[in-house]
Amino acid sequence: MAEVTANGLGQHALDAVRAHEAPATGIAHAEVHQEHPIKLYLVVWAWLFILSTCSYLVDYFGLHGYLRWSLILIFMILKAGLIVAVFMHMAWERLALAYAIILPPILVLVFVTMMVFEADYTLFTRLAFFGAGP
Amino acid sequence: MAETLTHIGQTEPRPAGWQGIAADWSSDQRAFKNVSWGKAMMWIFLLSDTFIFGCFLLSYMTARISTRVPWPNPSEVFALRIGGSDIPLILIAIMTFVLISSSGTMAMAVNFGYRRDRRKTAILMLLTAALGATFVGMQAFEWTKLITEGVRPWGNPWGAAQFGSSFFMITGFHGTHVTIGVIFLIIVARKVWRGDFDTGRRGFFTSRTGRYENVEIMGLYWHFVDLVWVFIFAFFYLW
Repeated sequence: MAEVTANGLGQHALDAVRAHEAPATGIAHAEVHQEHPIKLYLVVWAWLFILSTCSYLVDYFGLHGYLRWSLILIFMILKAGLIVAVFMHMAWERLALAYAIILPPILVLVFVTMMVFEADYTLFTRLAFFGAGP
Repeated sequence: MAETLTHIGQTEPRPAGWQGIAADWSSDQRAFKNVSWGKAMMWIFLLSDTFIFGCFLLSYMTARISTRVPWPNPSEVFALRIGGSDIPLILIAIMTFVLISSSGTMAMAVNFGYRRDRRKTAILMLLTAALGATFVGMQAFEWTKLITEGVRPWGNPWGAAQFGSSFFMITGFHGTHVTIGVIFLIIVARKVWRGDFDTGRRGFFTSRTGRYENVEIMGLYWHFVDLVWVFIFAFFYLW
């Protein structure tokens, strides 16, 4: 599958030629599939539209509380995953690159946790010293 | 699977999975085997940009949690009056669809670039740039609307003062990224159209010859801009 994403050495053009010969020579399914990569992009594109519509409808129907937040997060992660994996071709890159790029942002969640505690404490002191909002 | 050139020019298969990570990173060699330096550096730049936007969204989260004044309801703030009724968040939804469409055309441009279809690549890149410019235009409209309604970085008519500063900082920085992307899309599209990557013409700034991989690297940046919007849309507009 790594060939799909072209390594910048003109590999992709070779694959395209090979893919056309595929029915005659009987190459495995994974390579034949590369003959229609445009379709893959269109499918992902359609899914991004569907997921965006879904996340907009969450707001349109005015869902509340944990249902709203979990739906927003689910649609967000699915969209981000599709963009990174297919549009940015991360699904076909070697793991050494994928982990080097994707793991560090996930560590930001530690920072998020710290700031949630910090912000809760700030709110507590504000309420204790200034009372509820104006 | 991926192959790498040995020092005597032979190709040998690389191990996959966890063994692949250890083998790629170890023993004094380049870590990203089948990725050119240009693509690797774009990824690392995007990683650093992720931290910038991550910090913006973090500070927004901290401000929103810690304020004792109610946060303005984005659903109402960004509603538009169309045909006599207020439709919540409609402008932002349209902006989202515009940016996703631009990501789709960009992905197709990369594809046609590797097929050496110069005409289609350039047209799709210019279409991407046009959609990006549309997005920035709608953002300018949104800013104008909010500013005339009295939103300022230090206050607004509806609630917590931090709403304005968070909004202008996050969307402003994102809009700047989109604008820079549009400019570079036009530059790369012109190179493709002129056939620079086929004739080996040198760039005016770097004096280097380019390859069709430049289109993919440009695409990485553009998809990242779309990616950031996914998070801004979820956390700032929908939350």
